[in-house]
Amino acid sequence: MTLSDFDSYRPAHEGRRKKKRNRPPGNGRRRGGGGGDGAREMSMVDDVEFSDSYYGRPIVKPPPWDWKISAYLFAGGVAGGSGMLAAGADAAGLEKLRRNTRLTALGATIGGTGFLILDLGRPERFLHMMRTFKVSSPMNIGTWILSGFGTAAGVVAAIEVDRITGEKLPLGPLRTILHWVEKPTGAVAALFGAPLASYTGALLADTAVPTWNAARDNLSYLFVSSAAMASSGVAMITTPTEQTRPARVLATAGAAADLYFAEKLTEPMHPAEAEPLQTGRAGKKLRWAKGLTIAGGIGAALLGRNRIAAIASGAALATASALTRMAVLEAGIDSTKDPRHVVEPQKARLEARRAQGIVDDSITTVG
Amino acid sequence: MFDFREKPGQLIDAHGQDTERKGFFTDTSICIGCKACEVACKEWNQVPMEGNLELLESSYDNTGGLGANTWRHVAFIEQDEEQIEKARDSGQKLISLGMPSIGAPETREKDTAKHIGMPEFGSPGTRIKEKVDNPPNPDTPEFRWLMSSDVCKHCTFAGCLDVCPTGALYRTEYGTVVVQDDICNGCGTCVAGCPFGVIERRDTGTIHTKPDRVDSRYAMDVKHEGTANKCTLCYDRLVDDQVPACAQTCPTTSIKFGNQSEMVESAVERVTTMHAQGSTEARLYGANTNDGVGGIGSVFLLLDEPEVYGLPPDPQVPTKDLPQMYKKVGIAAAGMLAAAATAFVGARKK
Ligand code: SF4
Ligand code: SF4
Ligand code: SF4
Repeated sequence: MTLSDFDSYRPAHEGRRKKKRNRPPGNGRRRGGGGGDGAREMSMVDDVEFSDSYYGRPIVKPPPWDWKISAYLFAGGVAGGSGMLAAGADAAGLEKLRRNTRLTALGATIGGTGFLILDLGRPERFLHMMRTFKVSSPMNIGTWILSGFGTAAGVVAAIEVDRITGEKLPLGPLRTILHWVEKPTGAVAALFGAPLASYTGALLADTAVPTWNAARDNLSYLFVSSAAMASSGVAMITTPTEQTRPARVLATAGAAADLYFAEKLTEPMHPAEAEPLQTGRAGKKLRWAKGLTIAGGIGAALLGRNRIAAIASGAALATASALTRMAVLEAGIDSTKDPRHVVEPQKARLEARRAQGIVDDSITTVG
Repeated sequence: MFDFREKPGQLIDAHGQDTERKGFFTDTSICIGCKACEVACKEWNQVPMEGNLELLESSYDNTGGLGANTWRHVAFIEQDEEQIEKARDSGQKLISLGMPSIGAPETREKDTAKHIGMPEFGSPGTRIKEKVDNPPNPDTPEFRWLMSSDVCKHCTFAGCLDVCPTGALYRTEYGTVVVQDDICNGCGTCVAGCPFGVIERRDTGTIHTKPDRVDSRYAMDVKHEGTANKCTLCYDRLVDDQVPACAQTCPTTSIKFGNQSEMVESAVERVTTMHAQGSTEARLYGANTNDGVGGIGSVFLLLDEPEVYGLPPDPQVPTKDLPQMYKKVGIAAAGMLAAAATAFVGARKK
């Protein structure tokens, strides 16, 4: 577009230039199904074209969350799963498993909470999360779950430490009380551990970030599967094989569920929402995670009685879980970078509603 | 069914007096891109500088977009004949969808530019009045400017407010959405919760523009570092019955301020006028209480599709689906507990 001589100095319109190049010759305005552009996924919705954007700038902003939040998601899963394993081990009389999983649960809680606090813009105000109880905020509810879990896990871990040190902690009469509440507190930790592992699904899904929001149907399921296999994996590393049979069973089940829900995750998504999970850094991590999950799952099921194989399988499963968390976090962040991931699905759902005759719920109106 | 979405309820101020929901109507058809609103907002709210005074190669827009340090942003779009035609077509399509509307005009007058009426304001002289009534319009059939001053939408269902875990974000007595900077702990959840990409955590930004001014006695620390920041709809001015700085400074009345219901009314009136004048490209953004965010506090009149301006075409408050998400959280948690319990069946140590 040159309107005057001076326009030759004007930088070309980025979005427009791209669009022109992609448009099949002779076709007025519809660019059907993304054909002719190898860089893009085939669009399933032929009717919707990605026309314009504002200089390709993002529409939705990514939250300022980095690897620390991935680490928190992972640690929260390990903590929650370990809390359950500990309660089960306590009931079944598997002392070493109980001791190790209780210590893991507390360690992961402390580590995870640390990451969560460090990721705040004002870490000294962490406790402001608890000045209110707000159901509409998964972050708020999650903090309450985390504190509930942390308290219970802390108490039972303290009992274990006391036992390891030969009851040398200066507990005085408190020791009797602690032993008296040990079993119920362990059960409380298990009960809080479950939502601790699953609420993070809602934490990510309850956002305007396209890929996370579109994952809302399966994200919690994926995260508990991931948590089950990670916590059991850690238990297989820390605990001798004669006590880890339940952990191996849970690890295998978790791995199978993880594989299933990782596939299912993108099913309800628009191609532009699924793409960040399938390509780029997140796609690569998810492919590695899949391989490690299969290897670790098979290892846990078949070779778990061998100490070395158990450690290797456990490590594979824990790594796979960490990679999955990282991949989901990064895919969401990446989905905000190109406005296409926002505009295409939104236009598609708007068109779909209009095709059904629903025309009264658009943000764009004519009067 | 549960609904966790917060929305403006009965609004009363600190003295127990009833108050009205306030808002903007930004009529982009008369915006001249002077950026006075950007400057006024920066000055009044002491919003620090963003970036390094770069040229962004996007027409006259060197601001970029809304963020922690940009609460008003004027967008500049240059369009050629094909895009103008497309905008008219998409507007026409909207009209013919049978939405609540005034119906499509039968014919479109060719030279619309002359007929775009500007709303009157108290003009100091007839010569100026003449200019105002018949504005010289640089747009031609082959070229037009789109200029639009973007701002926080002060949504009816505000995603940022719903997901904020500290309660730092709250609904004021004017129905607006404001961050309490002494409460916010910078968790960043609101950034992800906003479907419009408005609110942001202030991690950077500088008050002093040049290194040599760092030692100057005028140098200041960046305010509210590490907390979320966005337009407050000039809350501090509203409590004193003042007009927000951006609206007060706007020389063309493109930014209008008032009771939200009246803003919607004048927006509808304006789009109706423009359609009657043949400008089928005109459309409203955010005037529908039925949309994904329940309507917005700062209504816009746009001359092309929202995404052309960098606005989402079908924003939805994420909290709308939160009940279902919590259901999944519950099922997932129960499933995990059941799986763990099953794993221990028959595991009792002999
Ligand atoms: S536009 Fe974004 S920041 Fe503004 S009120 Fe709505 S959700 Fe909050
Ligand atoms: S960054 Fe501040 S305002 Fe935003 S959600 Fe967190 S606490 Fe609330
Ligand atoms: S209302 Fe106030 S804070 Fe908001 S954009 Fe205008 S001047 Fe800035």
